[in-house]
Amino acid sequence: MSVLNKSSGGKALLEALKKEGASIIFGIPGGAILPIYDELYDFEIRHVLCQHEQSAAHMADGFARASGKPGVCFATSGPGATNLVTGIANAYMDSSPIIAVTGQVPKPMIGKDAFQEVDIIGITTPITKYNFQPRSASEIPETVKKAFFIATTGRKGPVLIDIPKDVQTEECELNFPDKIIVRGYNPYKKPCEKQINAAVELLASAEKPMILAGGGAAYPEASSYLLKISELLLAPVATSLMGKGAFPEDHPLSLGLLGMHGTLTANKLISEADVLLSVGTRFSDRTTGKVNEFCKEAKIIHIDIDEAEISKNKRVDLAIVADASEALKVIYEGLLNRLNKKGETPWFKRIKEFKEVWEGWIFEEESNKELKPIPILKILRKTLPVDAILVTEVGQNQMWSALYFKVFTPRTFITSGGLGTMGFGLPASIGAKAAKPDVPVVDVAGDGSFMMTENAISVSVAEKFPVIVVIINNRVLGMVAQWQRLFYERRYSAVKLDRVDFVKLAEAYGANGVKVQDLNEFSKALQNSLKLDVTSVIDVPISPEENVLPMVPPGSSLEKIMGVEKWDWVMKKG
Amino acid sequence: MGLGNEKGLILISAIVEHKPGVLHRISNMFRRRDFNIESISVGVTEFKDLARMTITVKGDANTANQVVKQMAKLIDVVQVNVLDWANSVQRELALIKLKAETHEKRSEIMDYTSVFRGRIIDVSRDSLIVEVTGDSDKIDAFINLTISFGIIEVARTGITALSRGVISPIENEGKA
Ligand SMILES: Cc1ncc(C[n+]2csc(CCOP(=O)(O)OP(=O)(O)O)c2C)c(N)n1
Repeated sequence: MSVLNKSSGGKALLEALKKEGASIIFGIPGGAILPIYDELYDFEIRHVLCQHEQSAAHMADGFARASGKPGVCFATSGPGATNLVTGIANAYMDSSPIIAVTGQVPKPMIGKDAFQEVDIIGITTPITKYNFQPRSASEIPETVKKAFFIATTGRKGPVLIDIPKDVQTEECELNFPDKIIVRGYNPYKKPCEKQINAAVELLASAEKPMILAGGGAAYPEASSYLLKISELLLAPVATSLMGKGAFPEDHPLSLGLLGMHGTLTANKLISEADVLLSVGTRFSDRTTGKVNEFCKEAKIIHIDIDEAEISKNKRVDLAIVADASEALKVIYEGLLNRLNKKGETPWFKRIKEFKEVWEGWIFEEESNKELKPIPILKILRKTLPVDAILVTEVGQNQMWSALYFKVFTPRTFITSGGLGTMGFGLPASIGAKAAKPDVPVVDVAGDGSFMMTENAISVSVAEKFPVIVVIINNRVLGMVAQWQRLFYERRYSAVKLDRVDFVKLAEAYGANGVKVQDLNEFSKALQNSLKLDVTSVIDVPISPEENVLPMVPPGSSLEKIMGVEKWDWVMKKG
Repeated sequence: MGLGNEKGLILISAIVEHKPGVLHRISNMFRRRDFNIESISVGVTEFKDLARMTITVKGDANTANQVVKQMAKLIDVVQVNVLDWANSVQRELALIKLKAETHEKRSEIMDYTSVFRGRIIDVSRDSLIVEVTGDSDKIDAFINLTISFGIIEVARTGITALSRGVISPIENEGKA
């Protein structure tokens, strides 16, 4: 235990954050957090002034996803704290570790409906992994240590620390604990040997094994074992939206995205598998389609660090509660002892055939210069280095990116999966850029989503986190319009959105703004913005009638894929 | 893992941190996950910083499973388990205020009370308060029996329970 001299609660907080390795804070000051900001004035830790607390939370989230280290955000009490809520909920749904610090009215005023008082502990209870309200300055170091421990272990997630103003100013002797105990929390779960053996047995004897990788598998360690297992078994790998990056998508065994907007290959082949190894996924409705009909033919193995995910959405045959990388490692070793690398199996041949059809479709539009989603994403992939980070907004832009932008490693595809938060992409890409300044970061945006947090451009410019925003601009709330087109007889209720000159807007913020007319111009604009060290906004107009296809209608089984009629022949074989 | 009783009630016993806000976190999780609490009772344990919560929930084996796992996931929950109805003891306490204007009615109520091993704990000119302890069926039976006197008020604690034997299944299996 190291003892520091007397200090205020605010300083204690900053010291503790620094000890936990925090190097950057995204936030906005206000009355109830002023004492902390006052300490920040001469404290050596970078603070990024945001325009809106929602963005501050998304930036912390983007930072965490890109770096693997928790992101930190600050907000004042009341409206500052409630503005964080969407960002916290977003991080919670996607298991992203962020530490949110809010100011609170002084203790004697708590419960009195004081100016800017809000019960942020009550509000965030269901959307944080845990939240704290230290009642004295001396509790702060321990609280911070616990917060980081909880946020970054087991199933990761956001933790909030709400600090009353008088606690921030209170003087006390500060002890920084070396160790902390959180009695009701044991995140280190070892995989059970019996279940591992059973899993090995099932996988080794499978004729049509398949792997479904979720967000819990999209970590460097886990993904390396995933690759080994897949190659050993010749088992194709599909991913959920959160799992994108867990498996190299240029690999012959990659099937890409599964689910409502999954690839033809993933959605069709999963119903043929006889053993499914699912890793770190919660079987979200967007991934499984009609859950009773999901992967009916297969025995399902489920690896998850969160025991509560086992059989929550989908009954599984074999559960392994453990960290994905640990579980995959022992499964891999078990498999190595049990079998030799397979020669080309009929299952693998079928996968190859399917993939050729699918990839053929993607490459079909190659020669046309017209601005269309698939070639736009293809140009992005061709132009960006493999380690570039692609962030998305929410809607069609997100699904086009997930379907058509191939990702090779974890942490290079960042998207709001669970909450589907419009306005996430730009601030998250700023956070990602803060974490990885040497890597290009591109936010693929929809016009609607972009406008939700577009003022974060000012942060990107002022704080020199030069991201590139590519607005796939259909001048509608595209995904909503698509649903109205397909399921509501083209009754376009409240989706038209053609209000802003994005070039002028970008310029007003001091960013580089450019509007392109065809694919060549887009390609040039993209290459140019990669050379600039200022934020770029590229406005890419497309038709408002474009659909994201294929699509599985909501509530249907994954086999009911729309938009693939011309491939009926291949789907009927096998 | 034990299941519901004949009424489909699952009996859950948890050791939780005894500090402000914990009940809110737990009950909020039940609401958030759409589990329906039938009864809940909380009190301190042999350790002053730990409380025991006994919760009954309607549902099947799946519900039981999820409730326990979702509870175990809460940081303030130290241990949680489903109790087997047969291998645990359950008690509920009820205070029942009955109309008793005449001497005959009073003595009749006192007779019933002694059969149920209850106690009269307050007497006024026109009413009595009876304390009855037992499993919930016994309390239901007492109330049904005395309803004709005119029930003025009832307060019930909800079930509290402990597993039988020296080693509780909770300590045995650890958290969930
Ligand atoms: C904060 C928020 N509000 C509403 C929605 C519902 N919603 C989902 S997609 C979508 C349209 C998105 O439009 P745009 O950002 O232009 O992207 P596009 O689909 O056109 O690519 C809307 C409104 C949402 N996901 N998030």
